Amino acid sequence: MIGGFGEEQIRRYSRHIILPEVGGKGQKKLLESAALCIGAGGLGAPAIEYLAAAGVGTLGIIDDDVVDLSNLQRQVIHGGNVGIQKVKSAEQFVNRLNPDVNVVAYTERLNQDNILGIIRDYDFIIDGSDNFATRFLVNDACVFENKPLSHGSIFRFEGQVTTIVPHKGPCYRCLFEHAPPPGMVPSCQEAGVLGVLPGIIGIIQATEAIKYILGIGELLVGRLIYYDALNMSFDEIKIQWNKECPVCGEAPKIRSIAETTYAESCRVW
Amino acid sequence: MQNHAECGDTMAVAEIDLKGEVCPYTFVKTKLKLEELEIGDELVALYDHAPAVENVPRSLRNEGHKILGIKEIGDHLWQVRIQKV
Repeated sequence: MIGGFGEEQIRRYSRHIILPEVGGKGQKKLLESAALCIGAGGLGAPAIEYLAAAGVGTLGIIDDDVVDLSNLQRQVIHGGNVGIQKVKSAEQFVNRLNPDVNVVAYTERLNQDNILGIIRDYDFIIDGSDNFATRFLVNDACVFENKPLSHGSIFRFEGQVTTIVPHKGPCYRCLFEHAPPPGMVPSCQEAGVLGVLPGIIGIIQATEAIKYILGIGELLVGRLIYYDALNMSFDEIKIQWNKECPVCGEAPKIRSIAETTYAESCRVW
Repeated sequence: MQNHAECGDTMAVAEIDLKGEVCPYTFVKTKLKLEELEIGDELVALYDHAPAVENVPRSLRNEGHKILGIKEIGDHLWQVRIQKV
């Protein structure tokens, strides 16, 4: 035991400890931290995989879905678990990979009634949801609870990712005030997705969580990365705080989760 | 750990025996031990893995620590004195 680390932990985290920006102190921060993954699908699965490997001590996972064979083209942690709840499958994976990580499994759908109680326990939120209603709900709840959030989304060969630190930069509603009208955007089943794409975006989201917990580097606050796998290009789009933002602007119209409508305007990705 | 009272300062000296340990764990364990100490404290480390005698002091210097001395104290046994900066 050196510096509070056991022999196995010293070996497991040695490549982190060697980094001057991490060290034993940073690794301890990771072990004492809690991250919540909303969704254990295309984005959530790779994020869970690397957050667990990094030794983020508490990993909350919320998903009400069951592993389907069509998921395995991109959600590799669920291999061999077709028909099992995604949350249980993810938990099995994490337990096999890293016994230091405690999984808090929520086999339910995130909604207006449960979101505030759930996110309160976490230091960083990863939104890997697949629909606009949840994205806006997560954004608003994180602004109200002052929780840092990584937003990621994918479509065919393209992905986008940004980090929201409420009141320190723009939120998701500064960028998109409302969801697009129903039917305007095709669903994942209609549009398709290149299997490796969510891996890239989900791991960028995990990277942001790890950097935030460690307090190192520059977060994607006020910046959105737009990734195009076909061109193999990463573009950065600057996002400004919108003083007319309905949730984090100067005179917000949205003041509570309970009084806002988060209708399933359409399902995307 | 012993305490030295030199020039009015109180400086602690800690020891770590890393015989039988190889790279990179020689450095990893030395670094973890240093993190437990206060700035200015001295750490005396023992290694019997020859590459560690070059690698560990180099990595420690890169992190800003001071190497006070490297001494071969036996057959394939080295003592490195480090000051935490």
